[in-house]
Order: sequence, then C-alpha cells, then structure tokens
Amino acid sequence: MSLRTSRSARAGQYAALLGYLVFLAFPFLWLISTAFKPARELGSLHPTWIPEHPTLDNFRKAFDEQPLPQAAANSLIAALCAAVVAVLIATPMAYVMARHRSRLSAATSGWVVVSQAFPFVLLIIPLFLILKHLHLINTLWGLIMVYVVWALPFALWMLVGYVRAVPTELEEAASVDGAGRLRTLVSVTAPLLAPGIVATALFAFITAWNEFFFALVLLKTPEKQTLPVVLTHFIGAEGAADLGPLAAAAFLATLPSLVVFAIIQRRITGSMLAGAVKS
Amino acid sequence: MTLTSATVRSGRHGPPGSPHDKRSRSVDRNAGAWFLVLPALIPILILSVGPLLYGIALAFTDAQSGRTRSTQWVGGLNFQDLLHDALFWDSFRIGLLWAVGVSVPQFVLALGLALLLNQNLRMRWLARALAIIPWAMPEVVVGIMWRLVYNPDAGILNETIRDLGLGDGRDWLTGLATALPAVIVVGVWAGMPQTTVALLAGLQNTPHELHEAAALDGAGAWRRFRTVTWPVLRPVALSITALNFIWNFNSFALVYVLTNGGPGGRTRLPMLFAYEEAFRYGQFGYAAAMGCVMVAVISVILAVYLVGRLRGGEDR
Repeated sequence: MSLRTSRSARAGQYAALLGYLVFLAFPFLWLISTAFKPARELGSLHPTWIPEHPTLDNFRKAFDEQPLPQAAANSLIAALCAAVVAVLIATPMAYVMARHRSRLSAATSGWVVVSQAFPFVLLIIPLFLILKHLHLINTLWGLIMVYVVWALPFALWMLVGYVRAVPTELEEAASVDGAGRLRTLVSVTAPLLAPGIVATALFAFITAWNEFFFALVLLKTPEKQTLPVVLTHFIGAEGAADLGPLAAAAFLATLPSLVVFAIIQRRITGSMLAGAVKS
Repeated sequence: MTLTSATVRSGRHGPPGSPHDKRSRSVDRNAGAWFLVLPALIPILILSVGPLLYGIALAFTDAQSGRTRSTQWVGGLNFQDLLHDALFWDSFRIGLLWAVGVSVPQFVLALGLALLLNQNLRMRWLARALAIIPWAMPEVVVGIMWRLVYNPDAGILNETIRDLGLGDGRDWLTGLATALPAVIVVGVWAGMPQTTVALLAGLQNTPHELHEAAALDGAGAWRRFRTVTWPVLRPVALSITALNFIWNFNSFALVYVLTNGGPGGRTRLPMLFAYEEAFRYGQFGYAAAMGCVMVAVISVILAVYLVGRLRGGEDR
C-alpha cells in the first residue's frame, strides 16, 4: 500500500487506530458489562469494567418489568412484513428503473433523494390523521403500512444497483434463444438478482426493527408497542432508571440487528455507497 | 461484491443512441412496464407524496388533535406565530449547532479512520467490524448505552476521570453547559460508520498508479493526499457531509432517549420541539408549519450541495 512508510509513521498509525478502537468499542463493552453486573456492584461508587460476580439477574428483572417477549414479537412481525412487502413491490419497479430510462425513473430517483432528507414530523401528522380515520392507530398494520412506504426509497435505490449489475447480454442471449420476456425474467434475471434482493430485505428488516419515531407516535398501549418503544419505559419519567435491567434489555434488543448486519454488511456498503456517490 | 465495482458502475448509463437506450424507449410505452411499476408507485403516491402535500396544507390551518373536523383555514398565521416563538428559534439554533457540531467532527474522524483502514494495518479487520456496530444498533439502544456511560455515579466516564485524578466528574447530561456537547459526542459516535464506509469506498477508487507516480516524484504523504486522494474523494465527501447535516438536523430518537430535550431545553432539537407541539399539545397545524420551515432550510442546503456536486463534476 503505502510505499515508503517510515517506522515512526507506522507506529503513529497504530496508535491512532488503537484510539479509534477504544472510542468505538468502549460504550458497547460498557453496556455488556453493566448488563451482567449484580445490583450491589452497580450501586458501588467505584464501578468496575468487568463484573466481579456476573449474574443473569438483570435479564430476569428486565423480563419481569416490561413485556419484552410481546414487544419483540411485535417488532419481528412489523419488521418482517415491512421487509417482505417492500421488497416484493420494489423489485419490479427497480427493474424497470434500471433497465429503462424514462421520466418516471428520473422522478422516482429524485423522490428517493428528497425522501432521505425529509423531516418526518411533516409526514407523521397527516399519516396519523389518515390512520386514525381508518382506525389503524395503535395497530401493527398501520405501522407496517408506514414502514413499507418508508423502506421503499432505500430498497429501490439498492435494488436498482443490483439490477444494473446483471449484464443485459445475458437477458438478450436468453431472448435470442427464444425465451419470452417473462421467462427471461424468471429464469435468468431473478436467480442472479436473488442475493441482492435478500440483502435489501434484510436491510429493510433492520431499519424497521430499529425504528423508533413512527412507532412512538402510532402505538399507544404497551401490548402493541415495539421493542425500541418499550425500552424507553425502562427509563422512568424523571430519567431515573434501574440500570441493570435497562442494560440487559438494550443488549438483547441489539443482538438480532448485529447478527443480520454481520451477514449483509459487505453488500450494503456497496449499495449504500452507490447511493452516496450517485444521488 | 466489492465497493469499487458498485461505485464505478453507478451513475454511468449507456451512451445515448446505444442499443440499450433505443430499446428502453420502446418498452417505456409498454403496458408491461406499468404493470411492474404500479405496485410500488401507488403506495408511494398514497402514503408518501399524498401525506406530504396534506402536511403542507395542514400548516395553513388551525388543525388540532381531537377537533380535526372544525379545522379552519388560517393562512399564514402559524408562520407568523412561529416568527415570534422564541422557543422555536431556540430549538432551531440548537438544531443548527447540533447538526454542525456532529457533522464536522464526524467527517474529520471518519476521514482519519477511512485513511487508516485503507492502509495495510494489522488490526484493520477488527476496526472495520467495530466501525459497523453503531450502524447496526437501534438509535434507542445507542442512547441508552451512552446514558450508562455518562451516568454520574455508576458510569465509566466519571470513574475514568476519577481514576486519572482529573476531579470528581459531573452529571454530563443534566448540566446546562455540558448537555449539548455530551449529546453531540454521541451523535458523532453513532454516525461514524456510514461516513467512514462511504469515504473508504471513495478511497478505494483512487487510482493506485497515481499514488505510486506521486511517491516516485518525491511527494510526501500530505501532498499525495492533497493532489491525488482528495480530488477523487471530494464528490463523495461533499455528498456524505450534506446528507449527514440533513440527517442530523432531522434527528430525534437519540436525543429523545438521552435528554428528552433537557436540561431546560438546551438539547431540544427542532424535531423534539415539533413532536411535543404535535403529540403532547395537539397543535397539528403549528407543528406542520414547523415542518415546512425545516423543509425550506433543508432545501437550501440540498440546493447548495447539488450546485457543488455539479461544479465538482465539471472540474473533473
């Protein structure tokens, strides 16, 4: 890489990298550490990095205090439905946008950029009124509808990139061989596109799983609320919180996203970037 | 799947008049294309473009929660009230401070990290993995996590300060002077991955031969960065910074969890203010007007950014 990196420059680079590692890792390590600490250690005036008597009490308490399984189920349903529906309806449109340049694709691309920059308060008030009119406030279905539309721009963006990566020559070859348009799509394009579609769906899943603002506004009762909203109930009205269970619940809520993200990380960075560079 | 291939490919369409282009025009009038587009287009129009227009209309009414039926058209009254609302201007000022305060260090730190990750260093994989974590975490969890770090008694930050003999530490999130800087640090931490990844990908686009040639000419690291790396990186840097600024200006969950706008409104970002107006006090029309003002500001930023992008394009 660097051609003539002196030894002292190398040392400086490693020192800087170490600094980054500490800055990036320490809050997360602290969260894990807090989650496994017994109440006695949490109350101590001199907190320790590593729990001296690690315990699962906080996890038990967290489940006692808030309806976590219900909240996780709500999050799972909302995120799964949103991801599947968004990808199902975005893929055909992304295909058209990638293969055919038209005013519609241009308008849609413009809308994708604008939607990334939108202050959601301007969107949520009308959506709230519309969903209220449809009696869909405090239902997962209302939230899912919002999530689908909210996930669409980014899904389109990612998918257009994946479609462009499928060489048109392959499709042309298939049509020369006498395959119909639909046949070509199903047997040639779809298999090549599948990994990209899965990555897009997983990304939509995580963003919905992590989403907070819409869920906060649209879901009123604890048994309907999603995990991020329920997590905030651990922080009392005055901001006083039982730290152990708070940390335990927060840690659990992160695990699914971390696992999914580890799987798709490389694919996302590619399309994320295509977006950032293109726009 | 590499970063570079996606970047290079994006934004480059076939030259005009290529077979690709011709074919597209004919299919455009095809009913089949519409059949593929409508499933996404209809929900977008009904649930996104529609509410957007409805939201703008609401800004000119006295809509309130609970009595939406007798809503009256009030013209620019909400905007007039906003002009005289000191709390709104406070939140606006805090929003700008926060957006700049997060976006600038975020860019500088992310650039440093991206440059490091682009080197052949040994702990690179670990740093890459770690740099992704904040991205995957729910914002609510990021907020909770940093509350634990900042906790005055049981938090690691004050304990470290005590260990280093730098004093007793303080209550970061509730101190009038420290609250905004404290949440800004969290914002920087949370937003670093996207910025780093985008910059890293931009770096991988830099032609390696140019680097070598510059090094052979005896250019030092700084000059190589300025003359070779930066010109390639600039469009990416500009895009990501503009987007970061806008995202940060609109952010909500992180600060809602960390301070809920406190102490004394010192961290009350525009979105938090608008949220309270709309869903605590039920002032839908007023909050919508606030949203419109935010859109106007963002549009200006977007316009500046787009002009910058176009100019950057001409340079190359």
